Amino acid sequence: MREEIIVSGRMNPNIDPFLHIWHWQIPLYLFLGGLAAGILFFAALFYLRGKENEYRASVKIAPMIVPILLVIGLFALFLDLKHKAYFWQLYTVIRLQSPMGWGAWTLMIITPLAFIWAALHIKEVFPKWDWKYQWLKDMEVFFQKYKKVIAWLLAIYSVILGVYTGILFSAFNARPLWNTSILGPLFLVSGLSTGAATAILFSKNHEERKTFARIDLLLIAIELFLIVHMFMGFLASTQVQIDAANLFLGGPYTAPFWMLVVAMGLILPAVLEALELIKFKIPVYIPAILVLFGGIMLRFIIAYAGQLSRWLY
Amino acid sequence: MRYAMAVDTKKCVGCSDCVVACQTENNVPIGFCRDWVVEVTDGTYPILELELRSERCNHCDNSPCVRCCPTGASHYEKGGVVIVTHNKCIGCGACIASCPYDARYAHPDGYVDKCTFCLHRLEKGLLPACVATCPTKCMYFGDLDDPKSPVSVVLKNRKHKTLIPEAGTKPQLYFLI
Amino acid sequence: MSNRRDFIRISALGAGGLAVGIPAFKSWAGGLIDPERMVYDGMRRTPTYCEICFWKCAGWVYKNDQGDIWKITGNTEDQHSNGRLCPRGTGGVGMYTDENRLKTPLIRTTIGGKQTYREASWDEALDYIASKLKGVIAASGPESVALFSHGSGGKYFGSLLKSFGSNTNAAPSYAQCKGPREAAFLATFGEVVESPERIDIRDTRCLVLIGSHLGENMHNGQVQEMSDAIDKGATIITVDPRFSTAASKSKFWLPIKPSTDLALLLAWMNVIMGEGLYDKAYVEKYTSGFDKLQAHVKPFTPEWAYGITTIAPEMIRETARAMAHAAPAVIVHPGRHVTWYGDDVQRLRAVAILNALLGSWGRRGGFYRPESITVPEFPHPHYPAVKKGWRDLLGDKYPLADQPVANAIVDLSRPSEAGPAKYKAWIVNGTNLVETMPNQANTLEAIKALDLLVVIDTMPMEITGYADVVLPECTYLERYDDIRVSPHRKPHFALRMPAVKPKYNSKPAWWMAKQLAEKMGLGAFFPWKDIEEYLGWQLKQMGSSLEEMQRIGVKTSERPADDLYFAPDEDVEFSTNSKKIELYSSDLEGAGFAALPFYTPHEEPPAGFYRLIYGRAPMHTFTRTSNNPNLADLMDENSVWIHPKVAKEWALTNEQYIYLKNQDGVLSDFRIKVRVTERIRWDSVFMVHGFGHNQKKLERCFGRGASDTQMITKVLVDPSMGGTGMRGNFVTFVTDNGGAKS
Ligand SMILES: Nc1nc2c(c(=O)[nH]1)N[C@H]1C(S)=C(S)[C@@H](COP(=O)(O)OP(=O)(O)OC[C@H]3O[C@@H](n4cnc5c(=O)[nH]c(N)nc54)[C@H](O)[C@@H]3O)O[C@H]1N2
Ligand SMILES: Nc1nc2c(c(=O)[nH]1)N[C@H]1C(S)=C(S)[C@@H](COP(=O)(O)OP(=O)(O)OC[C@H]3O[C@@H](n4cnc5c(=O)[nH]c(N)nc54)[C@H](O)[C@@H]3O)O[C@H]1N2
Ligand code: SF4
Ligand code: SF4
Ligand code: SF4
Ligand code: SF4
Ligand code: SF4
Ligand SMILES: [Mo]
Repeated sequence: MREEIIVSGRMNPNIDPFLHIWHWQIPLYLFLGGLAAGILFFAALFYLRGKENEYRASVKIAPMIVPILLVIGLFALFLDLKHKAYFWQLYTVIRLQSPMGWGAWTLMIITPLAFIWAALHIKEVFPKWDWKYQWLKDMEVFFQKYKKVIAWLLAIYSVILGVYTGILFSAFNARPLWNTSILGPLFLVSGLSTGAATAILFSKNHEERKTFARIDLLLIAIELFLIVHMFMGFLASTQVQIDAANLFLGGPYTAPFWMLVVAMGLILPAVLEALELIKFKIPVYIPAILVLFGGIMLRFIIAYAGQLSRWLY
Repeated sequence: MRYAMAVDTKKCVGCSDCVVACQTENNVPIGFCRDWVVEVTDGTYPILELELRSERCNHCDNSPCVRCCPTGASHYEKGGVVIVTHNKCIGCGACIASCPYDARYAHPDGYVDKCTFCLHRLEKGLLPACVATCPTKCMYFGDLDDPKSPVSVVLKNRKHKTLIPEAGTKPQLYFLI
Repeated sequence: MSNRRDFIRISALGAGGLAVGIPAFKSWAGGLIDPERMVYDGMRRTPTYCEICFWKCAGWVYKNDQGDIWKITGNTEDQHSNGRLCPRGTGGVGMYTDENRLKTPLIRTTIGGKQTYREASWDEALDYIASKLKGVIAASGPESVALFSHGSGGKYFGSLLKSFGSNTNAAPSYAQCKGPREAAFLATFGEVVESPERIDIRDTRCLVLIGSHLGENMHNGQVQEMSDAIDKGATIITVDPRFSTAASKSKFWLPIKPSTDLALLLAWMNVIMGEGLYDKAYVEKYTSGFDKLQAHVKPFTPEWAYGITTIAPEMIRETARAMAHAAPAVIVHPGRHVTWYGDDVQRLRAVAILNALLGSWGRRGGFYRPESITVPEFPHPHYPAVKKGWRDLLGDKYPLADQPVANAIVDLSRPSEAGPAKYKAWIVNGTNLVETMPNQANTLEAIKALDLLVVIDTMPMEITGYADVVLPECTYLERYDDIRVSPHRKPHFALRMPAVKPKYNSKPAWWMAKQLAEKMGLGAFFPWKDIEEYLGWQLKQMGSSLEEMQRIGVKTSERPADDLYFAPDEDVEFSTNSKKIELYSSDLEGAGFAALPFYTPHEEPPAGFYRLIYGRAPMHTFTRTSNNPNLADLMDENSVWIHPKVAKEWALTNEQYIYLKNQDGVLSDFRIKVRVTERIRWDSVFMVHGFGHNQKKLERCFGRGASDTQMITKVLVDPSMGGTGMRGNFVTFVTDNGGAKS
């Protein structure tokens, strides 16, 4: 028998007996970031392709909520900080190797862009809107001139943001479950998928909804492929990664992951969307909400399970 | 200069004096610790083996905790000592998640804390508190670049290992086996 | 203790040769110095010696900027600590900061039919005690007052007793601890082993540990020297039914069946004598009774012992040869807590004889000759003669006891068929008798019969709950005490002084004893103004001064003669009847006991029961540290070690809580965590002494873990000196206590 104990009674809160330093704030922050990235990406994409009027929900309406999402997300991040009074230290340096730093700076850039984008469309969405002050009106005119540039920036930064939400985890070599390069693309695709679902929710246009249902189907397929790929990668790797995969293959996260994320959050909405495409009448909000739900669960489960997975020595 | 520590598992008795000494020296609050002692028993009665290890931050040469810190609060000091500047730390926890050894903890005052190799003592020419207190004198400390330092000598003469070298962090806490 | 991770890794189990010698680092040029010789950061530090166990290491107390105690470190001048304290000494800060400390004197009163304590002023409490004591003395004589003490303050209360004519000053460190050893060595060598033990572990080539669990038993100097011995490649032989820390450092571990050590010792003698491996010249010159011993051990072959001890004959031979090979630099460790099976003097006699055969007494790497300094008595009137002492009260019981036998005093405090109780009042200083004495029911009955129980303590420990008056002593960090003198390689002495003012309304023992003496009209026996005058006078006689000692803490001098070991061919006169080392003991024979050690089989656990063995954890001392915040942080409850096969049989899992029940049906008050481990034999369980407190005021440790004392209802008393053998108790497991307590 092998027995391994800590004789000095080490019980650091949030560290022992297993890591639980990150609670709901970080997965929520990552979900909202991914969702914002998804919405902004499609908004920029369809705008740049000159489809802003056909795809009104995705280009103009959905982005209205992005500033709110980002603010809530940032607030969640802020709540997670244990030394809050010092949060400004984040913006005193640029540290390219730090994913946290990347995230902070990316949000620093994309948040104002998201505000501007929302502002540029607010009068269209809410016809009674009045900017009240002349300087605000001047600003709107100014940014209208550069809308294309802003759209390009949004397209680029939303991808960075989407990838970042996964990289934040995958940069941690110390947690074998997170330490896979698949998390970046997986979270990006998941973010895009939730963005597409949001567009469907807001859209009143049948064509737009159909397009996004198709896009979403494709994204879900990619997501499923990435998940399978991720587990194959783990199982073909070292013992610690096999142990990490086992959290989902018989371990404590098996049921939550396969039921809540894969079945309810991916396969079920995919089936519903497919049925809808072949002209079954399905209330659109059902698959969309399931996708959003799956997106949240994915982040929560990966965040919590990752903290359980560790090196052994 | 490259500070390093070696702990002789053949002499360590697991008494945890190193832990209390660190706690009082560095005012580590009760309920938290910068170092800890692991006991591993292998075998079947009466063919048994026991390893005792006093563990702490490895002051890794290739520290993920320094890399992932968004503010630069976690950084290298002279001699490769990995230090957290308390008033630059935002308490984001990234470094805690990044350390394969779970060597860091969130101090109740908000910042992240961990072993400093007692830099404040090194600067005064004193050994780290744990090393100076250990009743079995099983801990060796010094400069790896100086072949005469206790840690260099002992590493030259004795078989040793580090923990999770596979993690690629290049730990500088050695265990004599 | 926390369970870390459940992971089984296949790993090679090699012999893993022990440490190869490494040069010692005296100083490392250009490097860091070891340990702090200088005053750290110019901070004020004050000298102390540690009160957390009886090794009494000298150290320094440092204060922080706020003037509060910051840390305690060892004094490099001190031979007990060599500048390094053990975890308990380092964690001594917690004795001072513990917010559960006793804060003010308490007197028992009855309010509304319920007994309770009321807070009292010092004057009131001491007046109360003085008048009660005077009453007891008037009614039953001065001999009816007993002092139990295990701590520095005992000195002053001892003087108080002497000043009215009682000499009953009992410590649990005799009949519950090292008494059998001291009696056995006194009978053999005419001298006791002393504390610190006079063993030269540092220079030994072979260390034989019989039960002594150094490394868990953190008696500092011994642990330090064992480490030096490992560095130097000494052979360590450990005899223990449990894979102790020391066993894990040993070349030979003999996993003996508990209670059978005497058979092993006899077989070792059989081999050493049979193969002619003993030190012939030494035996010839210094010992008596060799022939009788030789004839006696003839039948005790390793094969004979195998059947009893379960140790293979070859192993017995090999280890006997290893000892002889190293001799005379060999130590068959005399142990310390040796009150095990009631024939302990006999077992320790065998240990003493074995050392004599190997010629280790008086030799480098064996037993050295300690040297100490005497502290002059502060001039005072002659104490009244003791008309009736503890010896008289004991009668012909325990003839070999040369110190008061605590358990006998407890027994004599109960009325019996033979007549009324002989002891009527107890003063208890620094000993938690309820948890310290085996057979709690007996202790509690004795307490119930008393006219007066005064307890001087720092913490609301179990014993304080039975007192008529509780006096809160300040901790050792807040007071002066007597000068520490102890036998060692070089003569030396140490000072303890207050680092800070006493917290709360607590006072030092010297002050209490002096006040009491004055209130009892015995002030003349404490003729000094205060402790500084008293210590100052003594130190001056010793060639130092209070001022000097406050600065240096420890003062060492050279030995008057170069006689740490016997000189070659030195003529040594031993203080025994025959002036020789008595292999055959005339003392024992004269007192009607066996003059040569013999093996007696002891009771074995009944079916479904396991022998309860107990010991130390390195980070705790008995019951006194379980509430210490720093040390409780390391270990906040004890666990019961159970062999995996036994655990499986009982379907017990790691970390599960269970209750223990002993052979007499006593159920543990509290639950205890199971530790399933290969480190214990299948016929025994192990637990650390000092947990399972039932005093609610100890908020940190109340109800945490179980008390071994509670399970020790059967006491195997050594008839020769009264030692209380405590390892003849057996426990079984109760997973559901039927919703009884806790
Ligand atoms: N940390 C710490 N250190 C201490 C103390 C403390 O409270 N805490 N107290 C100090 C004091 S006062 C004393 S007296 C000493 C006591 O310490 P020791 O003298 O070392 O005490 P033992 O009773 O020999 O130690 C218990 C060991 O005996 C083993 N044992 C049990 N039964 C048998 C048996 O039948 N045969 C053999 N061979 N071994 C057996 C147990 O498994 C255990 O390893 O420790 C001192 N040191
Ligand atoms: N079951 C069982 N019984 C045993 C043992 C065992 O292993 N198991 N071991 C035996 C041995 S070897 C020994 S030596 C004895 C030890 O027996 P004790 O010395 O009685 O042991 P402790 O439990 O430490 O009790 C010490 C008491 O002194 C108090 N105290 C601490 N510091 C001070 C102080 O500065 N001043 C005053 N006035 N009081 C103070 C503590 O609060 C506590 O109440 O126990 C013996 N009894
Ligand atoms: S103080 Fe020394 S012997 Fe004790 S646990 Fe720490 S390293 Fe081991
Ligand atoms: S042990 Fe952990 S905290 Fe220390 S340097 Fe290495 S990665 Fe950083
Ligand atoms: S918690 Fe502090 S030290 Fe750690 S990564 Fe964040 S800012 Fe850096
Ligand atoms: S080196 Fe200093 S900070 Fe690090 S564990 Fe030792 S005492 Fe603590
Ligand atoms: S051995 Fe430890 S507890 Fe005992 S006196 Fe020394 S430092 Fe104090
Ligand atoms: Mo003892």
